[in-house]
Amino acid sequence: MADHASAVEQHSPFLQHHFDDLSQQLDSSTLGMWVFLLTEIMFFGGMFGAYTIYRHMYPEAFASTSRYMEPVLGGMNTAVLICSSLTMALAVRYAQLGNRKLIRILLIVTMIFGLAFLGIKFSEYYLHWKEHLVPWINFQYPEHPEFFRQAQILFCFYFFMTGFHALHMFVGLGLLTWLLVKNERVSFGPVYYNPVEITGLYWHFVDIVWIFLFPLLYLIGANR
Amino acid sequence: MNHKVLPIRTYVLIWAILICATFTTLGVAFLDLGPWNIVVAMMIAFTKMSLVVLYFMHVKQQDNLTKLFVVAGFFFLLILICITMTDYGTRNWLPQGRMW
Repeated sequence: MADHASAVEQHSPFLQHHFDDLSQQLDSSTLGMWVFLLTEIMFFGGMFGAYTIYRHMYPEAFASTSRYMEPVLGGMNTAVLICSSLTMALAVRYAQLGNRKLIRILLIVTMIFGLAFLGIKFSEYYLHWKEHLVPWINFQYPEHPEFFRQAQILFCFYFFMTGFHALHMFVGLGLLTWLLVKNERVSFGPVYYNPVEITGLYWHFVDIVWIFLFPLLYLIGANR
Repeated sequence: MNHKVLPIRTYVLIWAILICATFTTLGVAFLDLGPWNIVVAMMIAFTKMSLVVLYFMHVKQQDNLTKLFVVAGFFFLLILICITMTDYGTRNWLPQGRMW
């Protein structure tokens, strides 16, 4: 199997010369992307760890912030991201099958979901700005003056964690634009769909971060 | 090893489960379960993450080396948070010492 396959694949224009064959190339790029994603896990993990410490220290103050969050908008955004993950996964599937037209359509739909997410996210930021919830800049907390300083810690986590997540969304949108252009120039198909697969891994990772951010930032004290 | 192409219904099924789990997360958050609120929320989030990793990110089909890397990543995150919390979570367990 291996000899037979490599004899054919050696002539593939997609094969870079430092790999034995195309399947080794795909496995290597997948593993390499996962190593990058592990560094991303530790990057967000540091913020999640710090969040855990402060939530443990100031549980009441953190719970008091939930009434200023927008759980319906946050929930909608979770759904939007999950839908975008579905269309991204299907784009990878059609890249495996080599259907250029469906890859194009699914990538565009994924980008529309991504832009919808960012639109909802930034309208939330605008609401928080108007409600004077931005730490250091215009923060006011008249309902619980005793939590004035501790609640700002939560809002710092909120803006930094969702902000870094939004930054990753922008990078993802850039990668999808690049894929969209590449899709017109290169014939993705069963032998070569690595860039679509790898970009898909990144997009799904950003979705996973949001899956954890949503309950941790929006729903802390929803039951009070 | 080229990956097998999964049928569309697998992706749609995973998507449907993820959407249902999102509504469950939102609904359960408004019930008062005391300390169990966070446990349930994190269990649902972990389940959603596992489904995305296994099916959307194709880890179920990957070779063992990639699987090992993925598990190692989350294991180190667990170490980061658990060992930190063994410190912060237990700081007031001992009676206050005297200065001398």
